[in-house]
Formats: sequence, C-alpha cells, structure tokens
Amino acid sequence: MAILKQDEAQALLKKVLAFSKADECEVSLKGREGGNIRYARNAVSTAGDISTITLTINSTFGKRTGRTTINEFDDASLEKAVRRAEELAQLAPEDPEYMPLQGPQTFKDSITYVPATAAITPDTRAAAVAKSIQVSKDAKLEAAGFLENTTSFDALMNSKGLFAYNTDTDIIFSITTRNQAGTGSGYAARGYNDVSKLDTFTATQIAASKANGSANAKAIEPGKYTVILEPVAAAYMMENMFRGLDARNADEGRSFMSKPGGGNRIGEQLMDEKVTIYSDPFHPELPAATWNSDGQPQEKINWIEKGVVKNLEYSRFWAQKKGVKPVPGPSNIIMEGGTASLDELIKSTERGILVSRLWYIRMVDPQTLLLTGLTRDGTFYIENGVIKHPIKNFRFNESPVIMLNNVEALGKPERTISVESYRSYLIPPMKLRDFTFTSLSDAV
Amino acid sequence: MNRKDFLQLSAMGFGALMIPSSLLAGNAIDPAQALLEGMDVGMKKQLSDVALTAARAKGATYADVRIGRYLNQFITTREKRVQGISNTESFGVGIRVIANGSWGFAASNVVTKEDIIKTAERAVAVAKANAKITTEPVQLAPQKGFGDVSWKTPIEKNAFEIPVKDKVDLLLKVNDVALQGGANFVNSAIMAVNEQKYFASTDGSYIDQDIHRIYPFFNVTQIDKATGKFQTRRSLSSPVGMGYEYLNAAGNNKVTGVVTRYKDRYDILEDVKNATADVAQKIKAKTVEPGKYDLVLDPSHLWLTIHESVAHPTELDRVLGYEANYAGTSFLTLDKWKSKNFQFGSKLVNIVADKLQPGSLGAVGYDDEGVKCKEWDLIKDGVLVNYQAIRDQAHIIGLKESQGCCYAQSWEDVQFQRMPNVSLKPGTSPLSVDDMIKNVEKGIYIVGDGSFSIDQQRYNFQFGGQLFYEIKDGKIAGMLKDVAYQANTQEFWNSCTAIADKSDYRLGGAFNDGKGQPGQSNAVSHGSSTARFNGVNVINTARKI
Repeated sequence: MAILKQDEAQALLKKVLAFSKADECEVSLKGREGGNIRYARNAVSTAGDISTITLTINSTFGKRTGRTTINEFDDASLEKAVRRAEELAQLAPEDPEYMPLQGPQTFKDSITYVPATAAITPDTRAAAVAKSIQVSKDAKLEAAGFLENTTSFDALMNSKGLFAYNTDTDIIFSITTRNQAGTGSGYAARGYNDVSKLDTFTATQIAASKANGSANAKAIEPGKYTVILEPVAAAYMMENMFRGLDARNADEGRSFMSKPGGGNRIGEQLMDEKVTIYSDPFHPELPAATWNSDGQPQEKINWIEKGVVKNLEYSRFWAQKKGVKPVPGPSNIIMEGGTASLDELIKSTERGILVSRLWYIRMVDPQTLLLTGLTRDGTFYIENGVIKHPIKNFRFNESPVIMLNNVEALGKPERTISVESYRSYLIPPMKLRDFTFTSLSDAV
Repeated sequence: MNRKDFLQLSAMGFGALMIPSSLLAGNAIDPAQALLEGMDVGMKKQLSDVALTAARAKGATYADVRIGRYLNQFITTREKRVQGISNTESFGVGIRVIANGSWGFAASNVVTKEDIIKTAERAVAVAKANAKITTEPVQLAPQKGFGDVSWKTPIEKNAFEIPVKDKVDLLLKVNDVALQGGANFVNSAIMAVNEQKYFASTDGSYIDQDIHRIYPFFNVTQIDKATGKFQTRRSLSSPVGMGYEYLNAAGNNKVTGVVTRYKDRYDILEDVKNATADVAQKIKAKTVEPGKYDLVLDPSHLWLTIHESVAHPTELDRVLGYEANYAGTSFLTLDKWKSKNFQFGSKLVNIVADKLQPGSLGAVGYDDEGVKCKEWDLIKDGVLVNYQAIRDQAHIIGLKESQGCCYAQSWEDVQFQRMPNVSLKPGTSPLSVDDMIKNVEKGIYIVGDGSFSIDQQRYNFQFGGQLFYEIKDGKIAGMLKDVAYQANTQEFWNSCTAIADKSDYRLGGAFNDGKGQPGQSNAVSHGSSTARFNGVNVINTARKI
C-alpha cells in the first residue's frame, strides 16, 4: 500500500481535490517502504522494517493557509481532513509572502527508480551484512555497520491543474572496522539508487585495510598542510556550502554569498577556476527528481562555473520581489573533476596528508563559512608520492570557500555520501594546499 | 515538526547536536485535537496484556509494550511574519521481546487487539531470526514489577492549552522589541512537546506517564553597513521539562551581572531587549588575541561542554563499541574505570547522573524499560566511578540493577541506552561569580552556547559561545568576538580550579541529542554553577573570503 503507482496516486489526489471548497488547494502524497539492519562487535544488533504513507492537504483562502496531514484513506476521512485544513486556514494569520499556486507544468520522467532495489528483502540485507562481517572476522577486526534501503514515491496535485509524480529507490551502507587494541580504525560508505552497484565485501575490505594501515599513528605538528581529501571527506566538508546557496539570505547580508556593500555574489570569481559545481537530475550516476516540492521543474543548472558564482536559489516570492526568474534549490550536487585516480593524486604529492574521512563538522562563522571538525578513520602522511605512515588525527578550522581557492588538482568524481545526512553526491577526490589543522586529537 | 521547519531551525543557528531525520516524524493535527483525551488507561492495560500474552505464547521469555501518543507544537516567526504553525500527533504501539536469547522489536500505528497480536508475533519472529546469528544471549538485570503506577511532569500550565494566538502574539512582540531596538532581522519560535507514554512488561509493571517539555527561543541579527559583516545573539533560554509557566519569570529568577541570565523561569521580552543591545556591542567588540586564558564559564554555556565531554563518553554502549559506526566510541574505557584512580578531572569535579531534577528534560518517573529513576555518581572527587547503563548492560559493570537510562523517541523506535541528565555539582564553599572573576588576571567570561565539535572518542573539543567578556586583573574589561576554545577533555577538567556555590546552579540543555542508526533524538539537561578553568587555548575564528 505504501507505494502507489502513478495512476493510483492521481486518482486518489483527484478524489481529495473534489472535496475542496477553498480558493486554492494543493494535495500531496508521500509513501516510503524499506528496512534496515545494524551491527556492532561483528554481530547484528538491531533490524527493522518501515512502511508509511501520508497525505498532506494545504487549503488557502486569500492569503490564509491551513495544513493537515492524514494516513487514513477512506472517503469520510479524506473529506474530514479537507474540512479540517479549511477550518485551520480560516483561523490562520495572513501570509504576506503567499504565492498563488502554479498551473500545469511539464515534467520529464526521472531515472531514480531501480526495480532491483525495490525488491530487497530482509534476507538480502542479512546476506549483504554477513559478507561484511566475514571480511572483518577474517581480518581479526571488529565491525560496526549499518545498511538501509528505501523505496519511495511522491505525488503532487493542485486545484490549478498541476500534477507531478516520482518514484525513487535508495540504498546506503556504512562500515567501521577497528582493531582489538583500539589503535586502528577504518571506514567506508556507499550510497546508490541501484543495489547491484553495492558491494559490501569490497567496501569492508577497504575499511579493513584502513583499520590495519592506520594503527600506531605518529603525531605531527598541526599547521597548514597540502591535503588530499577522499570524496567521502570532501562531500561532508562542502555540505554546509551546498545548503547555503539561497539568494534571499545573501541579499539580506547574512550569508557567505553576501556581497560586501550589499547584494549577492552572482558573477563574482569566488573560487579557483578548476571548480565547477552544478545540479543535473538526469545525470546517470546521480539521478534526482525532476520537480521540487513547489511544483517547479528541475533542470541542469550551474551554481559555480570555473570558480564564478553563476546562480543562487530564488524562491518564487523572492524572485518576484527581485524581478528575476525563480530558481529551485539544488536537485542534486555534482562537482566536476579531472581524470586522475586517488593513487595518481598521491603520486604527484611531494609532502601532504591523505584524509580518509572527516567528522563532527560544525559551523563556526556563517559569514565566512568557517567550519571546524576532525579527521577520522585513516589519516596518512605522504612524502615523495608515497604514503609513509599513519598520523594522529587533527582538528581543522577551515572554510570550504577558502579551501576551494587553494585547489592543486581534482581527481575523477565518484558517487559518495555525506556521513551525517546520508545524502548522495558526485564529488572528486581533491588535492588542496594550505588546509588549516589547529590541534591534535588522541582519538582513534 | 516537518523537515522544512527543522531546516529553518538550523538556519537560525540552532544546529542539532546530531540530526536524526526521525525527529521530524508525526502527523499534523489542529491544536484543538491535541487537547482531546488519548486512549483510556484501562484500555491500554487490556491491550498491553494482549501483547504480552501473545508474545509469551510465541516463545518470548520477556516482553514489554509501549503505547504512546506524542504531541508536538512548533510555531516559528521572523520579523512581522508567522512562518509556520505546526501541530503533530503520532500514536501507536511498540513491542520488544526476548526470544531464544535475542532481542526482537516491531511497531504498528494500528492499536487494535488483532493488530497488536500480529505485532507481538512479528517482534518474536525478528528475535528468533536474530538469534540464529547471536553468540551471546541477552542478560537482563532483574527488575521488580511496580503494578499500576503513574507519573506526570509537575506543570502549572499545559502549553498545549494556551491558545496559538497568545503564542503568536508573544513571538511577534519579541520580534518587535528587536526591530525597535535596531536589529535588522529576528527569528523566534516556541516548541512544545507532550509524550503520553504507557509501558507494560512481563515483570508486572503498568506505568502511565505524561511528560511535558517547552523551548521558547529567538535569534537577533544585526548587520554592520560599514563593513558588511553581521553578528547574531541568541536567546539565553533553555529547553526545560516544564509547562508554559516557564515564560513567567519573577525577580528571583533573574541572575544579574554583565548580562542578565535566567534560573528556572525565563523573561523572553527582557532577554530580547538585552540581546539587541548585545548584538550592537558585538559588532564593535575587539577581536580576540589568540593564546592561553583562564575561562570563566556560565551555566548557559557550560552545559554543552558537560554534554559533549562528560555525558557522551560515559555512555556504556559507546564504551563497548555499539556506536562505533556513527557517534563513535569513548576514551573512558573499562580499564580506566576498573583502576579506580583515573583522574578525569581535578578534585573539585563531581559529576552526577540523574533523571529526577525538577524542571529538567530528563526527569521522568520510570525509564522506557520500567526502571524507577534515580541519581548516581559518574565522577567523584575527579575520579571516574561509573557509567550510564540499561538492563542488558548492567551485568557488564557489575551492577545488580539498571540505572534507568533506557529511552525511545517514539513508540515506533526501539528503546536503547540514552543519556540521563548529567550535571556538575556546585562548589561546597561559598563562592560568587563576582568573587571568582576578582581572582582572574587574564581571562574570558563566556555566556551562552555557540559552535561545538568533538572527536569520536571525546578527547579533543572546540566550543564557541554567545557572549565573550575579557577579564583583566579581576575586572570585566569589555566585549570580545571571534572566540573559540580548544582543549583535551581530561586536561580541561583537571584545569578546573573553582566552582561557584549552589546559589548559582542552573540547568541548560537540548531537545535534540542524536544517536543511533536510524537516528533517534533525546532531550537532556545539564546543570552546573559557573566554573573556572585555567590556561585554556583560545583561537581567533575571524577569516576573510
């Protein structure tokens, strides 16, 4: 029941709209099905299955909107929910920023749904985890990991004739392996739409090799170093920046995208010219939905092109106020790179530090996007193109904007996930000079 | 709260300690519906017995059932505009069992006799499946049944009974004070939570609890037109385990000084007026010279340092490796505890865990596996003496009974070890904050929490704050900005040289401590009096892009 086909969703939403007496009404459905399995100390600790579907109704009279949500779908419940949204709308304060609903739009079909991922069972999950645990046991390490798959659908319809539908599949996997002495730790994380791309065996082998390779790390002095960030580290480092591409915050003067003296930085060379960051819902490696929750089509759009700020997100309200076209927020994030592999980046480095993963990144100053966080699960010293030895973890204080002005080289982009939000990105490994480490950490 | 609201909250600078997406669960309802009585207690007992009987019949050796109704209200505003009014309700049942020595869990939002039987059977099936790959059977610490008991947060005014209009009017008034005072932007919000939880277990407990929490807050922004730079100052309120009475402060709830802070109750209109003046002062403040300083930390700041550097590393599941893949492990390994002489902090440092303190977020009568709540020492005279454990961990540290630290954020999530309140005991000799500052030659007095980050074993941390005052030769010498301090947990707590007495004791806390995969959120308070830490490394965080 949780995943409705397009015609089923359309029929249900039409039925709901038929109950509406409001000036404008927007209805949406969201369904999710999936499961997870968690393990630690080389044994399964918890497992669960999830199945939910929710209908949301927004009814508007003038500029007053009421919202209600329900998960019962008989006619009486649907009508009751519509009436409730209308009652709430009558009681709500006027929203001076209310934008009238949009009429019909054309949306291209997305490529986000993979039937094999939707067919995952608890047995599939257990088998994938069993492989991972075996690698860890064979390497005499302790594994802690998490695997979760989700199939979802979204549908949106409004009283002005707009209809949109999308289905999506997603699987994420993360694994930490530690040696028994607690002196070495390794990590790997994967996220895909297509389960056939997930190889828990190889991912755990990578984590195991990092765990063994990172044991008995030596301390070196904090300071500015050339670093090579693996894609999983680079994605997490830049995630706050990806969330900050909003024109309104910039125009209001409270964002790293604010221009000193007023306005925003569109048109400004803000980063090294090797940096190009864009969204493209049709990218085969990182597909995304072709419409957003506001019913706007998502297309390919450049945010940063050769280091120059090309576009910022404009909500429909802010676009109208500024007399520009609305720009929906990023559907996904893709950063262009080169062709070099991680090994080639290491080989070309005279002195530097390889960072496998970053951890607990928090904003220190939103104005400069200064972030702090730490390295984790495999930090290595590079000399004359080879990894010399593991080093103790560092705390850093660095801004991704400053970091992306110091780009030496970018490697081949890879699909990776943020270790905190679990969102997928397509990000290259990157070699950066003058990355600022401010203190040592004893953590392993 | 929905995802959009939550992101809005994050954008206001209220970064989550971690961000579990499950925090956003729940169906939107109208406020009037929230006041309706939930299911009758007698009916909950009958249905619980159905679940326990069904689980036993399928082979469970232990079972517990939680029937929960979770209400949330979240009102957000900016300047003259109401951005969102969100009311959510989530109702359902979660059943946890032990069968063949393994845990199993299942949940359903359909709370009928027929469905509860099916859910109990699913939980047993999961347990039996997990048992096939389990090497160590669950050892559950004994727990006596309490029969029919109940507990309720001692509130004076149920926040859900206060009309939405009153809350909106208050928040718009807050915004107006800020704008009149010269602020460029202001966001404000009120969050209210009510957990109506019924717990029953095969030990013979039938526990009905009604738990209330509230959090009013704001963020004031001012832009310096000359430089294009901006500064913010957040409210000095705390999320608390109270009703709407939290917003009625009297004179004795105010701690006066260089800035007014609040004890037990909160005056939001006074604080926003002060914040607007503070933010203007912050723009003109002197940028900090990096180096070693003696830090004097107000409870509105110190709670977060306690949370990250003491409360997390004493979680027993982290110590054992169960959180290794996400939140991390802990430097407070069992050998340090067994040695009985691991000097976590100076002799002044006494840290207690509890789920009892009135007004705290952790206060409940019983935890989510039917254990009566209590208080115990974690750090005594600076030495590590204990951890935070639940029933299936108690035997690992030689305890005969659980410490009552089990919590699930909702009926649909499995309960596991979560942090109780963890607090620094006040100094035993009379000492005021003014007297503490008098003895500091070169220091910084920090009020309010800011940026925070700590490593996965809880050694190395960095914290910012809201307000920083330079201390020179025993006197406050003006405001500083761009301040953050970095330290090693053990060195930091061993540098604690003074703690103000109990008259200064106040609670801070968070609604959103995240842990687990899938993530769950826990609300927790941390109390302290102002404390002094000598020779801490301070960095300057100003950058140019």
